[in-house]
Amino acid sequence: MAAGLLDIESLRREEIETILARSKEFQPEPGHTFKRFDTLRGRTIVNLFFEASTRTRTSFEIAAKRLGADILSITGSSSSVSKGESLVDTLNTLGAMRPDAIVMRHSASGAPHFLSRHLPIPIVNAGDGTHEHPTQALLDALTIIDRRGSLEELRVAIIGDIAHSRVARSNIFLLSKFGGRVVLCGPASLLPREMGRIAPGIELTCDMEEAIRDVDVIMMLRVQFERQEEAPIGANEYFRFFGLRPEHIALARPDVIVMHPGPINRGREISSEVADSQRSAILNQVENGIAVRMAVLERVLA
Amino acid sequence: MSKLVIKNGRVIDPSQQLDRVCDLAIENGIVREIGPDLQVLGSDEFDASGLIVAPGFIDMHVHLREPGFEHAETIETGSRTAAAGGFTSICCMPNTQPVNDNATVTNYIRDQARRFASVNVFPIGAITKGSGGEELSAIASMKKAGIVAISDDGRPVMNARVARRAMEFAQALDLSLIEHCEDLHLSAGGDMHEGIESTRLGLRGIPRSSEDVMVARDILLAEVTGCRYHVAHISSKNSVEMVGFAKRRGLKVTAEATPHHFALTDSEMRPYDSNYKMKPPIRERCDANAVSEGLVSGAIDAIATDHAPHPGAEKMQEFERCPFGIIGLETAVGLALEHLYHPGKLDLSRFVQLFTNNPARIVSIDRGTLRAGAPADITIFGLDHEWTYDVNRSPSKSRNTPFHGHKFRGGPIATIVGGQVVWKMDA
Repeated sequence: MAAGLLDIESLRREEIETILARSKEFQPEPGHTFKRFDTLRGRTIVNLFFEASTRTRTSFEIAAKRLGADILSITGSSSSVSKGESLVDTLNTLGAMRPDAIVMRHSASGAPHFLSRHLPIPIVNAGDGTHEHPTQALLDALTIIDRRGSLEELRVAIIGDIAHSRVARSNIFLLSKFGGRVVLCGPASLLPREMGRIAPGIELTCDMEEAIRDVDVIMMLRVQFERQEEAPIGANEYFRFFGLRPEHIALARPDVIVMHPGPINRGREISSEVADSQRSAILNQVENGIAVRMAVLERVLA
Repeated sequence: MSKLVIKNGRVIDPSQQLDRVCDLAIENGIVREIGPDLQVLGSDEFDASGLIVAPGFIDMHVHLREPGFEHAETIETGSRTAAAGGFTSICCMPNTQPVNDNATVTNYIRDQARRFASVNVFPIGAITKGSGGEELSAIASMKKAGIVAISDDGRPVMNARVARRAMEFAQALDLSLIEHCEDLHLSAGGDMHEGIESTRLGLRGIPRSSEDVMVARDILLAEVTGCRYHVAHISSKNSVEMVGFAKRRGLKVTAEATPHHFALTDSEMRPYDSNYKMKPPIRERCDANAVSEGLVSGAIDAIATDHAPHPGAEKMQEFERCPFGIIGLETAVGLALEHLYHPGKLDLSRFVQLFTNNPARIVSIDRGTLRAGAPADITIFGLDHEWTYDVNRSPSKSRNTPFHGHKFRGGPIATIVGGQVVWKMDA
């Protein structure tokens, strides 16, 4: 089993700090673009996306290129998976072409963990089912540090479809390693009680105003209508009780940061006024994604 | 005239409250006599000093995959695996292709077993046609052809009215109805036990309640119909409690438990390893404890393996795509010793009972006893020898087990079916 990055849960706090410190060095100067490096010159990375993605895939591509690596992207519909090939065979085939790392997104939880037991190539998890999305949590952490200076002792509300969110899980694991309090909020059917016990320092509530009170960070999640097998909630009902609107912001700390992993659905989980406000860090998150992924790829391949 | 004397073993036969060191003489496939210093002219001898000699173990819940899925297992390979696990009789579930829902399939299985099986094979017939849960299968004809119980195992009978009618038939024919207890609406899409672990791993959960509501419903229906009702692979603490309740109420309700449901918990599962994926799922510590306690107290009557072979390719997939089930014939006795006998939870007489006369009674077969005149099916096992399970040496066609490499203390030494030694542990 080769060292890759499969999840946040198994990382130690010091490892996270190292990645974030290195990410900081990759952040561009204001008004400039990302610097070019040749740390990974001659290395080949395969970006394998079995699930649709714009920002994560592009972000990994740019990150790899800024480090001088060769990267090629394969998406689910254009791969031989659509011809009935098994995941293991697909990965073995790619493995035989000797890439130095595989970045992978898959709709099945644990798919990268399963593969990493059978492949000698490091795998970077770019999102697995409803399990984890480690680079998202890292870029979220970097964004919080940019604005607040530290990750210590934060109070963070994560609001939306908690049950199906890999972003929520990765952020919970990360923030709790830094002593943060995480308030999870969503409709009862999307807020499993067991989530309160997967890490220390978690609270649950179905009341959005209660969730937001005095928090430093609000993370909104997209409602994953495509993952809901049953009893869906109407969009209007959802926005009324779990959509982030300007009147909510007053309840949080005055310097609260609003985050969203994207893609955002305006008028469904977040209003345009909030998404485009000074409090919103949504585009900073996207930018930081590149710096964090540069640090991760360098760590995995160095 | 074949003769065999098993010398100096500790003969334990709960069917006649027997537990003493003596000899056992077999003649022409029949138990002839149990007693001290038996001398039979012209007989072979088996030295069982320091070993337990018990009635042949019965596994009342096995998937042999034949007909239809011979790439996973056959009657020949599955029965050899059973012999290697110390079992002399196995009951095979009807979820083959075609489903065993009529006498033709039953006869086919029995013919194949006569020709190829190393141990006794007793077919279980489907409750409903194609195990579809709607229309009753040809239960009476199958009984004539030799089924020993009915079950739609792998699937529950979701429709309560159909379940009730089936129980009425079972009652009239004096067959046990074995239910795979799972409310499919509650378990839909689930891949493992619903709890902290499933939440942490982002896998969809199979809640305890999906088992419990079905056990509750069926107990009420068993009371209405007077049927002999049996809960397959019981795994939830609430279900164990309800079966105990039904027994105290005087109902003819029985249950079996698999070794993995008392040996493993969801937090011990290797993440996303499909060798830990089965239905019902391995649950929490409190459930595994309840299953053990149920086996001790008598709320649960039998240990059965739910041996469910799947070839490598099917289990080498994303966790959510892998089929449910693990093989278990060779590890059952060792696991039961490790988790029930060695910790002192039960004595050997109760231990043997769980594998012999109890399952025999549930499926109404004349086995599980060493009374003079009974078929000479005998399991000889040891309590203390150390061995390591190597699934790559298994006679099974499949390799899906979480116990590969597991170190055991005690286990089967020899398996005798109808007076013939069909398996012996390598010296």
